[in-house]
Amino acid sequence: MSKGDVLLLDCWASPFSTRVKIALEEKGVEREDREENLFGGKSELLLKSNPHQKVPVLLHDGKPICESTNIVTYIDEVWTSQPLLPTCPYERARARFWADFIDKKLFDAGGKIWRNKGDEAQEVAKKEFIEDYFGGDSFGFLDITAIALTSWFSAFETFGSFKVEEYCHKFSAWMMRCMQRETMAKVLSDPKKIYEFVLMLKKMHGIE
Amino acid sequence: MAEDHEVVVFGVWGSAYSRRVETALKLKGVPYKYIEEDLSKKSPSLLKYNPIHKKIPVLVHNGKPIVESLVILEYIDETWQGGYPLLMPKDPYQRALARFWTKFIDDKCVPAILNAFRGEEQEREKAGEELAELLKLLEKELEEKRFFGGENIGMVDIAANVIGFSLGAFEEASGVKLMTREKFPKLCNWRDEFMSNSAAIKENIGPSREKFISFLRNYLRNK
Repeated sequence: MSKGDVLLLDCWASPFSTRVKIALEEKGVEREDREENLFGGKSELLLKSNPHQKVPVLLHDGKPICESTNIVTYIDEVWTSQPLLPTCPYERARARFWADFIDKKLFDAGGKIWRNKGDEAQEVAKKEFIEDYFGGDSFGFLDITAIALTSWFSAFETFGSFKVEEYCHKFSAWMMRCMQRETMAKVLSDPKKIYEFVLMLKKMHGIE
Repeated sequence: MAEDHEVVVFGVWGSAYSRRVETALKLKGVPYKYIEEDLSKKSPSLLKYNPIHKKIPVLVHNGKPIVESLVILEYIDETWQGGYPLLMPKDPYQRALARFWTKFIDDKCVPAILNAFRGEEQEREKAGEELAELLKLLEKELEEKRFFGGENIGMVDIAANVIGFSLGAFEEASGVKLMTREKFPKLCNWRDEFMSNSAAIKENIGPSREKFISFLRNYLRNK
């Protein structure tokens, strides 16, 4: 299902890159992943394409799109089969709200105390929003936004001696459901590798 | 209590975010009821409609709440498509750019504007320099366009109201000009055009902006 050249400036550990990959896989779009060296020297292309100089950046026919939520929305608007966002404006607004909440509250690469994340995960799960999936009965935008973070959850669980399952069964069940999708196996990072990556980040920031 | 057919906006006079929502509704000619909130004593309605963040603005349409100003703006644009050209472009790539810049304004410019006028002198100076770098990017994005949205006001223009409303107010209240015409001719022209563009904006932003400047003068004097 090609509609031009699709290049992803990527970092294997980045859950934000993972979101983009999931979206492209779900839509059956072929892409090239180009790994960026975020610590050793970012590529000219990355520096030129994103004023924030961050990954992921999607280049579609050479035109850069930045910010993972933005990219997923763009993907949904260009490749219109199997819509990821709801069609009704109110449901779309709710999806955008929760994506924003997930970004601001659920994830912190600085290694904050995991217990807090548990409360927030519980808040998300508490809402009737999660039936089978965030959007209702099919996998979509919000599921992609949240599930990409879950490879990092297990690292945090290990650091915080805590299990998401104990706090919110619904959320845990939702995670399991998403993990069974074929697209997940292709793109989700190995939680063990993420754990090591987070260890390295912690050392870099001098956090014990 | 909001009637089912009504559009209700919960806002605060000093908030640029509240003004964004009202600007969009006024441009599109959508009638609405405005409820001024007291943030030191939030109403049960506000807490009911925004239980998670407990913040303004909140738009309630047919009894259903939408929160976060940028989310509200897209909702308004998708729900009321007449009365004014669409705030979001049609082309997916242009839409992605618009979303990038609105987020840029909220995540980067707004904190820099606040920090450039608050806190210790050294911090203010540093924030001022950071703000200048951010404004340069916006100036470049504007190019020769009348508005960020082109010939008509668009999503990015409304989001950038913080430049006229907040930054401008801080500058007038403090006497410190950071966005000078010499350094940012395009942005200054844009700001003047935007603030005087239509009754929708003049009536909406004008009075609360004056009140905001008075408030800031007192605030800065008493620091």
